[in-house]
Amino acid sequence: MTSSSFSDILQFFFMGLQRGCIYALAAMGFNMIYNATGIINFAQGEFVVLGGLMMVTLTMAVKLPIPLAFLSTTVFVTLVGIAMERFTINPVKHPTVLRLIIITIAVSIIIKGLAMCFWGKNSHFMRHFSSTETLDFYGATILPQTLWIIGILLLIVAGYIYFFNYTMTGKCMRACAINRDAARLAGINDRKMVMLSFALSAGIGAIAGIIITPIIQMDYARGALLGIKGFGAAVLGGLGNSMGAIIAGVFIGILEALAAGYISSHYMDAIALIILMLVLFVRPSGIFGSSEAMRLKEF
Amino acid sequence: MPNSILRLENLRKKFGGVVAVDDLNLVFNKGEVTALIGPNGAGKTTVFNLITGFVKPTAGTILFKDIRLNHKKPHAIAALGIGRTFQNVQVFSNMTVLENVMVGRHLRSRNGMLMSAFLPPMLRREENRIRASAQERLVLLGLDRYAHLPAGSLPLGNQRMLEIARALALEPTLLFLDEPASGLNARETMAMGELIHKIKSMNITVILVEHDMELVMDISDRVAVINFGRLIAQGTPKEVQLNPDVINAYLGT
Repeated sequence: MTSSSFSDILQFFFMGLQRGCIYALAAMGFNMIYNATGIINFAQGEFVVLGGLMMVTLTMAVKLPIPLAFLSTTVFVTLVGIAMERFTINPVKHPTVLRLIIITIAVSIIIKGLAMCFWGKNSHFMRHFSSTETLDFYGATILPQTLWIIGILLLIVAGYIYFFNYTMTGKCMRACAINRDAARLAGINDRKMVMLSFALSAGIGAIAGIIITPIIQMDYARGALLGIKGFGAAVLGGLGNSMGAIIAGVFIGILEALAAGYISSHYMDAIALIILMLVLFVRPSGIFGSSEAMRLKEF
Repeated sequence: MPNSILRLENLRKKFGGVVAVDDLNLVFNKGEVTALIGPNGAGKTTVFNLITGFVKPTAGTILFKDIRLNHKKPHAIAALGIGRTFQNVQVFSNMTVLENVMVGRHLRSRNGMLMSAFLPPMLRREENRIRASAQERLVLLGLDRYAHLPAGSLPLGNQRMLEIARALALEPTLLFLDEPASGLNARETMAMGELIHKIKSMNITVILVEHDMELVMDISDRVAVINFGRLIAQGTPKEVQLNPDVINAYLGT
């Protein structure tokens, strides 16, 4: 192997890593809501788009400093997630999995439409968090933004582990996901946990949108594809298993970049879908999933 | 004259055309152990589900210390100090034994949901308090040496004990046990009987459904017999055993 081909692989690896982190975050969002409700939230991709577009407005038009814009955007999209749960999920009288999923599809269409009204149909540029000067790494180049993306993903994973294992609220959410009835009996308000899961997954979606926008340029219609790829990662990692989803997300991102590099960039978007189908054909519980987590069969 | 803690007035539940609970009137006394017995399908578990809010009554009233429970949700009923275990054990299987009890204790936490999620320094103190009192419950039930094992890995008898520990963590004044001895061996059943005595001595009113008559007669202050959703007899274990209607219901004619 020549050194140039090694640096090529490394380059694709970094490209994949940065996209993979976004899929991983989207997949975590899917899992949180899935664990709390048993449904797939098809508006997950829209949270990512809203995060990206809001960040563009706050940094490029309002000219807020990045940390402040980051925080406000995350809070804004989190509130959108809470509103979605309160106004479209919570009032449903007889919540069946299918009904709720159709509602999430409706919400995704609405958010997409509103985003088009507010931000137009163009792609939006956003400046990078720090410089755009690439760093050399064994012949491959990395953008500082890629390091931001990886760093923020790691921070979120750490926060996730802390929240679910070391806080009472996190433990209660886990309890609710494992056994809803027993959790209610222990005095856990399951509806509140559902709301919290929408809040958290919207917040994580927003962060994914914020950190990727400088690289991919956000537009209103990107949600569906980001959502599908995140869903692919969630399924590959075993639905409901967030650590699996992170590994699967990064894996899909890297595979995509390799396919774009060595086959053709036209096939790039197909990779996640092919993986999604293969997993559903061969091992629907995902690589890290248990058959117990196969409640997907409900719909 | 003992005080009542729970009253069922003309309680009725229909599932489609089936009347599972039929104009049931029952009063439970504070501080006593009351057993609800009856043949399979008599509606005992439905009565539990009605009181703990898992199913809604078709008609009638459930009064807990003068609070109407009829349309309250399970978590709100739990918050009033009503604990329960299930007929088929329901522990949070992939959480540790200690975590199971801690979750049962969260209602007694002074921090709200958002506080305990986002205020780490305060939270550690509160978490330690919850952890310590959860640990006490485990010692009480003899489960402390399993504290850090996943709950799903325990044998059934211990899982039942754990479910009771979780219910006790709520600091209930009223505890429902749905067939606490089912699936337990003789030794475990004896331990269960002792535990129920211990719970009673903690000033907790216990209402249980149980098929093991030896256990029922040993631990209960009062026994209520239901059949086809109706009350057919009640009284002390002795009285009930001698009641011709009860003998009839159990042995058939």
